[in-house]
Amino acid sequence: MTESLLTRLVLRLATAGVLVFIYTPLVLVAVYAFNPTIAQTWPPEGFTTEWFVTAFRNPDVLDAFWSSIIAAAFATAVALVLGTLASLAVQRFAFFGRETVSLLLLLPIALPGVVTGIALSATFQTLDVRFSLATVVLGHATFCVVIAYNNVLARLRRTPRSFEEASADLGADTWKTFRWITVPALRTALLAGGLLAFALSFDEVIVTNFTAGPATETIPLFIFRSIQRPNQLPVVNVVALVLVLLSVIPVYLAQRISEDAAGVAR
Amino acid sequence: MTVAIETTAPSRGRRLATWLHARPRLQLALLLGLPLGFFVVFYLGSLIVLFLNAFWEADPFSGKITPAFSLDAFVTLVTVDVYRVIALRTVGMALLVTLTCIVIGFPVAYYMARIAAPRTRRLLLVAILMPLWASYLVKIYTWHTMLGGNGFIDWLLEPIGLGSPGLTSLVSSWIVFTYLWLPYMVLPIHTGLERIPSSLLEASADLGARSGRTFRRVVIPLILPSIAAGSIFTFSLTLGDYITPDLISNTLFIGNVIYINSSLGNLPLAAAYSMLPVLIMGGYLFIVRRLGAFEAL
Repeated sequence: MTESLLTRLVLRLATAGVLVFIYTPLVLVAVYAFNPTIAQTWPPEGFTTEWFVTAFRNPDVLDAFWSSIIAAAFATAVALVLGTLASLAVQRFAFFGRETVSLLLLLPIALPGVVTGIALSATFQTLDVRFSLATVVLGHATFCVVIAYNNVLARLRRTPRSFEEASADLGADTWKTFRWITVPALRTALLAGGLLAFALSFDEVIVTNFTAGPATETIPLFIFRSIQRPNQLPVVNVVALVLVLLSVIPVYLAQRISEDAAGVAR
Repeated sequence: MTVAIETTAPSRGRRLATWLHARPRLQLALLLGLPLGFFVVFYLGSLIVLFLNAFWEADPFSGKITPAFSLDAFVTLVTVDVYRVIALRTVGMALLVTLTCIVIGFPVAYYMARIAAPRTRRLLLVAILMPLWASYLVKIYTWHTMLGGNGFIDWLLEPIGLGSPGLTSLVSSWIVFTYLWLPYMVLPIHTGLERIPSSLLEASADLGARSGRTFRRVVIPLILPSIAAGSIFTFSLTLGDYITPDLISNTLFIGNVIYINSSLGNLPLAAAYSMLPVLIMGGYLFIVRRLGAFEAL
């Protein structure tokens, strides 16, 4: 089937249109950050960098950034440990209910976020657990585990068992084999899974809003709560631009990891 | 010549390893214990707590919840019209957003998979994937600014005599939801189209079918599972979102009712209402599974 010249032209224009649709808001983020006025009208009436100074000195912004980083780091760590353990069990052993494990781990992503949020919130309330950054981490861990699990499981399936058997034949015990054979084979899978889990946690707001409580503020929660306060908008503009720029880091790293992984496979 | 034989006792770690090696069941228990414990006790446990809360009594004045069996929450949800309206609004929006993502996403996926040169295709893939890494709330916030009074959209549409739908219209949520979830539709369709062997399309042409007919009779049926797979994301993400309707349309979706009631202390009502998206999602997955969505994920 060859598409007619007209079809090709229409498809090309449609693709260009969608790219404009996708990137216009992201480009505007950069413009708004330099907007001098508090009212966010278009076009901006001038150019200023003063809001950057204001934003970087704002203790709420800095605290929120720290909270997000700490929450994401802990959630990622929990996800990597639990995800790796579960994937080793599922890949190395045959047991009753093995198929159910994947389904169970997938549940927090398959269910609408608001259901996970209210379920955790109801439990914390019923058990009288105080909301804090720790409850945020627990909430994030639920949907981050499956990311690590899927990445590690896929890698385990592609890594021949013969490497580990050779290591055992050469006299290494379980721990040595794990340390020198299994972990290096999983390295890029752990990196990729960890990266995705970190990004997911850093960005999450739907569940976080249920598990954070008024005293805890992550960066997405800071933006969410600031939108209702017009005076804060110039600072939010700066935070938004910083976040868009930061999102280049995981894209770059993901690219590097996939190149790395391709190198290993070859 | 004598051979020195190592006689030192094996280290404690090594003895433990040997001991464990003979007990595969214990190994399995050690591996599974932590993750399964976390998910069964914490996650499933939370869902059970949520389920139980739906049947508990909430004092209308103090908001105090007593673990006494009551169907009050369900009675309220069924008898008060507004809850039905909100549910229909949410499901309607989820379907509309899904349909829009298919209509807008398909041409892009098709262009990428079958027309663009390999180099362009790689660049386009990155270009479509990249916004997924950008913060969800930043995207909503920027649309909030663009759609607001005297904002970018007003400025853009003024020359043709139109204006922004504003921050109280469902049209705005429709646009923003489509914007947010579009990549989730483009990527599976693209993968599906790439998997169709050219020989199949050539065979159809050899048998006398024109492009349009080949498209309808060969491409569409082969791509249906991929569309269904993408629709799981667009549908489920819209169904569970309460941030976008709140900030962009100032309107209530299922998620808003759940959030507001849980923070106001009417946990039984919030819990009962949260059964709805679970049931809807279950029904939706049941339907798209028959379209082969799970194989295309």
